[in-house]
Amino acid sequence: MEQGKIVKVAGPLVVAEGLIESKMYDLVRVGAEGLMGEIIEMRGDRASIQVYEETEGLGPGDPVDATGAPLSVELGPGMLESVYDGVQRPLDVLERMAGAFLARGVTAPGLDREKRWEFTPTVSAGERVIGGDIIGTVQENVVIEHRIMVPPGVSGTIADIAPGAYTVTDAVGHLTTDGGDTIALTMMQVWPVRMARPYARRLSAAEPLTTGTRVIDTFFPIVKGGVACIPGPFGAGKTVTQHQIAKWSNAEVVIFIGCGERGNEMTDVLMEFPELVDPYSGEPLMKRTVLVANTSNMPVAAREASVYTGITMAEYFRDMGYNVVLQADSTSRWAEAMREISGRLEEMPGDEGFPAYLGTKLAAFYERAGKVECLGADSGVRNGSVSVVGSVSPPGGDLSEPVVQNTLRVVKVFWALQDQLAFQRHFPAIDWLTSYSLYLDKVETYWNAEVSEEYRGRRDRCMAILQRENELAEIVRLVGLEALSPEEQILMETAKSIREDFLQQNAFRDDDQFSSLKEQDLLLKTILLFHERAIEAHAAGAALKDIFAAPVRERITRAKYLGPEDIDQYESIASDIETQLVGGGANEDARAVYAGGER
Amino acid sequence: MREYMTTRDIVGPLLLIESVVDVTYGELVELEYPDGTKSLGNVLEVNGDVALVQAFEGTRGSNPSGTKAKFLGRSLELGVSRDMLGRVFDGLGRPNDGGPEIIPEKRLSIYGSPINPTARDFPDDFIQTGVSAIDGLNPLVRGQKLPIFSGSGLPHNELAAQIARQAAVLARSAQADAVGEKLEGEFAVVFAAMGITFEDADFFTQEFRTTSAIERAVLFLNLADDPAVERIATPRMALTAAEYLAYECDMHVLVILTDMTYYCEALREVSAARKEVPGRRGYPGYLYTDLATIYERAGRVKGRAGSITQVPILSMPDDDKTHPIPDLTGYITEGQIILDRNLHRRGIYPPVAVLPSLSRLKQKGIGPGKTREDHADLSNQLFGAYARGLQAKELAVILGEAALSDTDKAFVAFADAFEDRFIRQGKHEERSVAETLALGWELVALLPRTELKRIKDEYVAKYLPAEKEA
Repeated sequence: MEQGKIVKVAGPLVVAEGLIESKMYDLVRVGAEGLMGEIIEMRGDRASIQVYEETEGLGPGDPVDATGAPLSVELGPGMLESVYDGVQRPLDVLERMAGAFLARGVTAPGLDREKRWEFTPTVSAGERVIGGDIIGTVQENVVIEHRIMVPPGVSGTIADIAPGAYTVTDAVGHLTTDGGDTIALTMMQVWPVRMARPYARRLSAAEPLTTGTRVIDTFFPIVKGGVACIPGPFGAGKTVTQHQIAKWSNAEVVIFIGCGERGNEMTDVLMEFPELVDPYSGEPLMKRTVLVANTSNMPVAAREASVYTGITMAEYFRDMGYNVVLQADSTSRWAEAMREISGRLEEMPGDEGFPAYLGTKLAAFYERAGKVECLGADSGVRNGSVSVVGSVSPPGGDLSEPVVQNTLRVVKVFWALQDQLAFQRHFPAIDWLTSYSLYLDKVETYWNAEVSEEYRGRRDRCMAILQRENELAEIVRLVGLEALSPEEQILMETAKSIREDFLQQNAFRDDDQFSSLKEQDLLLKTILLFHERAIEAHAAGAALKDIFAAPVRERITRAKYLGPEDIDQYESIASDIETQLVGGGANEDARAVYAGGER
Repeated sequence: MREYMTTRDIVGPLLLIESVVDVTYGELVELEYPDGTKSLGNVLEVNGDVALVQAFEGTRGSNPSGTKAKFLGRSLELGVSRDMLGRVFDGLGRPNDGGPEIIPEKRLSIYGSPINPTARDFPDDFIQTGVSAIDGLNPLVRGQKLPIFSGSGLPHNELAAQIARQAAVLARSAQADAVGEKLEGEFAVVFAAMGITFEDADFFTQEFRTTSAIERAVLFLNLADDPAVERIATPRMALTAAEYLAYECDMHVLVILTDMTYYCEALREVSAARKEVPGRRGYPGYLYTDLATIYERAGRVKGRAGSITQVPILSMPDDDKTHPIPDLTGYITEGQIILDRNLHRRGIYPPVAVLPSLSRLKQKGIGPGKTREDHADLSNQLFGAYARGLQAKELAVILGEAALSDTDKAFVAFADAFEDRFIRQGKHEERSVAETLALGWELVALLPRTELKRIKDEYVAKYLPAEKEA
């Protein structure tokens, strides 16, 4: 391979000359230590290289070695439970090699070369296979079966294949192409990160990705294969919300990209995920997770690459037929990395110094999400999805800034975190008035079939009550609650109940952090039942303050802490509502009850 | 030694030196100007045989023909040793207390290396600062970075000094309902001043001297009249010293960096001189990354006893939290303590604006064993009740006190008492966390029992003064 020479070093950007045969986005090794870098601009025989490690100590004349291959990730057994940096270096391995601090030039392959995996073929010699076909499986851990596929673009007849314990680079078998060539089949595929992995067909996604977080699942749902965005001024609880999704969403595989965020937060994930029990398998959550961690003080170019590394891994699991949820925290830091590199390249800046191609890059990234028919002869049977939840960190909470605006153009769900709500300790601080989900109509069919026919209606009714509360709140602020009609006062009370008894959810309380769709529906039903009976009771002559003081309200407040095994309790709450809220006069006993006394 | 007399341009703090050979990025340069002034510098960019050098001590006295530049073949380093404790250094790590030079155990690059995320240990040990507004509501934990967002004229220095003086670690308690003993550990304070006035710096040195805290403190002082560009190195000097004390001498180090605003301005000065494309308000686009390389040096490392806890102080221009410096800082640090001018005007010290302040690690640092089982619930309740009290007060301003319901009146009374008794405390008053919690319970007792929704019933029964007696 050819060798070039450094002529300029400016921060993470190095310019080298003499790289004639290299191509754009090729990986190069920079300096005597062989630091990883990627060519991002070529002028004549000069190539600009973004370097994925600290460049201190590099100078003109130092060598740059071409590799002739683009920046790629290794895909195969061993990815799960791993922690990688932005260019797929296994951080736990680096720690064993170099100690607690990241040293330069220390590198290790993304997949362990020594480890042997028990491979079970699912095809036999003589069978014809095409790219994407599953040729065998590896039980990577108790939770995930790793399906070994024929690499895209390869087809032919299986010459031989045998079960056994192999390393990722061993040939598990061979394939004879139509042209008569023999290709070794290994468990590892190498794929360039900046290129989306192919699929047979894109599908429209309609099945909800449930998260157990009530405000998300009921009010602003996302689908498997959907894209969502969480903005949030700092301190609004964005990270906690994201962790909740990672922990509780009903996807088989979770990819978590910590892109330019806090080191301690990553540590939190690293220490918590192995401890947390995945509610679907009963095993540690880490077993279905891949972490990509490029914290804010790690090299900025690797931060730029980290989201591509993550989504390529997500696509790979999708191709096996899994539902994958990818969380990128935060895409603003990713955009800033682009800005920093663009500045060093002396490109003409667009909005707020961001490069002019910011929108294109963001859209292209989010478009790699989606539900697909996987490649292979069984296409149409095997479907997979990648859902992307990207967070943005707008400066000063200003949603008009370029990263947010460009993101909103492509995402379908927007969970607007608000610091005002966080100050009131309303968590998750997702503002119900400005958030939206464009998947509502799509999930309705699923809801009708799996939850209840009335779920959507109840959700819309509650939304309308919250909307009306917002309008009335203005009046209350000016002239006081008493100026409202009794019906309106009941509505205000119900809205408060929706906010406190439904929307508020404590992520740190074991009995509150997860609600199934069924429980969410029952809770809404209960709150709305109280609302209807309150209006009827008032119409029949009951005093408002007696209605609001009905003892059952305490039970409604605590209903969210009920577990799935106490679902029958909702019926008893409902019967309490029916007995305690009745019109005045008609039933002396009942009146005594809602007035607070015992019979 | 490679010495050059080939300076071509001098722009602000930058020198462009031509015909250099074998210069590397980040290399340290010794500059000597025709009038005899010396300055250290480092290479910001090297392009062929041209090096761009930033002079830490300014370029006054230099000219293109007479400036000598010596490239030293290493990056800016700090000689570290345990003997640094009790000493005062300038912004570039040279002793300025009249004492002897330090005989270094080691010479470390001031830029450090990022901690491998897998090697980090999660910060979850409570630090008792003795300040109720912090311990009770926004507790600090070992290895956290928790900045103080302040404004000109607010007592951030007093608060920082009080934290430095009182900070202590508690022993783990075997009982959920009892707080552990205060441990006398190896606590050290590393203090870095960037661009603050002599008066402010003197306040800290006096404060450390009178309480004899100086013996376990290392001070790096770059004052307002010291060269601005030197400030870019000062926090890194301090953190290098802190890393040595924490990870090699097993000490718990509290690093106070003040004032980060001046640091960022120095960065902006260099960026402007380099004619870089500016980001918001003229600050360079890499401000976030740059700040992260400072703040992220807080933390704990698995298998090492020591820790680095950072309390950076920054004054928000015009008390504006959305200014790029506090904004980007808030995105990197684990929360913030915000000081409030209104509380200060009303004579309440420390004027901590409780609602917008936040400690992101509090969930991990409190609770049974660490502080007490009821801590989290109680602090949630105090937050919620105070927020509601302030809302009711606003309402009372418009409608008059009479328009408030009885419940709202109780919340108003709570909010007043909360500010007056819980937030307010003496500058030398040290409250143990048990005292802080007791005070909190006394205050929530002012509210109707039915309003204590955020506290588990068993805790109410166990700790609420009235119920305890009953």
